[in-house]
Amino acid sequence: MSGFGHWLLSDRPLSRRQAALGRAYTGWLGFARNRLAMLGLALVLLLALVAVLAPWIAPYPPTVGELSQRLQAPSAAHWFGTDDQGRDILSRLMHGSSITLTVVALVAVLAAPIGLLVGTAAGYAGGWVDAVLMRITDIFLAFPRLILALAFVAALGPGIENAVIAIAITSWPPYARIARAETLSIRQADYINAVKLLGAGPARIVLRHVMPMCVPSVIVRVTLDMAGIILTAAGLGFLGLGAQPPMPEWGAMIAAGRAYVLDQWWVAAAPGAAIFIVSLAFNLLGDGLRDALDPKAAK
Amino acid sequence: MVRSVPSWRWGAAAGRSFGRFTLVIAFTYLGLLAVTFFIGRVIPVDPVLAIVGDRAPEHVVQRVREELGLNLPLYEQFGRYVGQALRGDFGTSVLTSNPVWEDVKQTFPATLELATCGILIGAGFGVPLGVWAAVRRGGFVDHAVRVMGLVGYSVPIFWLGLMALVLFYAKLGWVAGPGRIDVAFEFSVQRVSGLMLVDTALYAKDTGDWAAFRSALSHLVLPASLLGYFSLAYISRMTRSFMLNELAQEYIVAARAKGLSETRIIWRHALRNAMVPLVTVISLSYAGLLEGSVLTETVFAWPGLGLYITNSLQNADMNAVLGGTLVVGTVFIALNLLSDLLYRVLDPRTRDTRTGNAR
Repeated sequence: MSGFGHWLLSDRPLSRRQAALGRAYTGWLGFARNRLAMLGLALVLLLALVAVLAPWIAPYPPTVGELSQRLQAPSAAHWFGTDDQGRDILSRLMHGSSITLTVVALVAVLAAPIGLLVGTAAGYAGGWVDAVLMRITDIFLAFPRLILALAFVAALGPGIENAVIAIAITSWPPYARIARAETLSIRQADYINAVKLLGAGPARIVLRHVMPMCVPSVIVRVTLDMAGIILTAAGLGFLGLGAQPPMPEWGAMIAAGRAYVLDQWWVAAAPGAAIFIVSLAFNLLGDGLRDALDPKAAK
Repeated sequence: MVRSVPSWRWGAAAGRSFGRFTLVIAFTYLGLLAVTFFIGRVIPVDPVLAIVGDRAPEHVVQRVREELGLNLPLYEQFGRYVGQALRGDFGTSVLTSNPVWEDVKQTFPATLELATCGILIGAGFGVPLGVWAAVRRGGFVDHAVRVMGLVGYSVPIFWLGLMALVLFYAKLGWVAGPGRIDVAFEFSVQRVSGLMLVDTALYAKDTGDWAAFRSALSHLVLPASLLGYFSLAYISRMTRSFMLNELAQEYIVAARAKGLSETRIIWRHALRNAMVPLVTVISLSYAGLLEGSVLTETVFAWPGLGLYITNSLQNADMNAVLGGTLVVGTVFIALNLLSDLLYRVLDPRTRDTRTGNAR
């Protein structure tokens, strides 16, 4: 093993950073042994690459079509065929991947901090604050997610931004639950008492000392949720409430292909397959992360 | 030390926990109403504008505002809203011009029929598959259950529905297409329960003509199997993990030592204990099917509550959307409550310990 590997796996780390990097490295080693999880990671990275490079590698423009070429079957010129406007489906899929990734990332960035904040605050404060916050969380959990998102989008108006907001509003409760459970076990820890003795206030304790400890389990949960987020966003797009035409959002593409599905099935088949593969990749990645970061939950 | 517990204490304890229970339900339901109220009355910039349009004269706007009670303070509006919702008054649907409650009553049986058939398929196949996977751990069925679970969590239900329609309806012609029944029977079959299978069966009993029943069944089989698959993916995975948990317990070793047959141990001893958490899983996935039905009903043109909500959405019919959302939310809470109660009945450990542990 190389010197760097030794340094990372050292039993006696000399600095905080070495310890943190060492932990991350052992986690990675556990993760890398899981071949399916690596496949998921590879697919997600590939998707990100396609999303970034789409303007250069897509063979045709995503929103402008050749009407004389409409509804063509898959061929050498159009690998996945063309849609009702004569647009190349493969090019639209490539451009659509960035929409999917953006939606997932935005929902995660919006919902995870809300859940973390609510959960840690409830868990640390206890008493009536805990009771009220958790009751609110339960109310949101009592709604079926897609239907609540539907109602929100109906009020906010259709569009990709509103779809993101609606999905984020419906996604945070499970994170709050997890963060609260973690906080309850951390709250009594010796190091928290030590920080208290040093004179730290509740806000500082929660933000600097409790929240970081809850982050790994929330990240695992968010990754496991990403497939669900993709499916919800696609469902909203399919119902015409998410991204609006001519944006190449995958769910909306399925909706557009629905009218021709009995004869030109590939128009709807290709974007659905893309959604399936990407959700599968996120599920595999999430399962692998859970096994690597949270050995207790693995069966 | 034996100390008997007076029966009145048991009654008081049960009463207290029941009271707490009711309070939690009431609070959750009030929260549900607050959310829909917020969505319907607070988020839209001006609900009056949404009704009368932007060219209406000032006095019309004023009158509508007063009719809607929008000139009242917000808490008073909310109070009125709660009162209306509890009376089942969700306003009038703009799209159908019926009271929303009537529309819900019309459409809900269709959703109920679909979701019930879905959960019967899902639990009927999912539980045995999960047991099998746990018993033959690492075997073929175990892998199959894992793959089915992964696919079920990853595939968009509306897309799978479309593809299934293409394959089984258009290409193979094995099943009927979208809708609940052929148009030819639509008006000949009397609506009794609203459940098409029941109604057509009653019709067939009277007339001896089973064609309508076959048509209804042929329309139902594809969307119900689709929903069934999604609950199967979840139920089989959970059954597997509960069974693995039970099979590792000592009482299983004891049963084996007593010489009981393996079949009896698995199905009578282990599964019976695994059933306790499974009941929760099954009732939660039943509630999940109500949600899944929104997209499935859209794909299969199934005239249920989900299609009603999405159709209303596309026509910006907020009364109908929120009424439908509230009904689905209520059913969700009710199913959660039911699973909680069943859990208490099935698992003696969750009952009040003060009576059981009189020692």
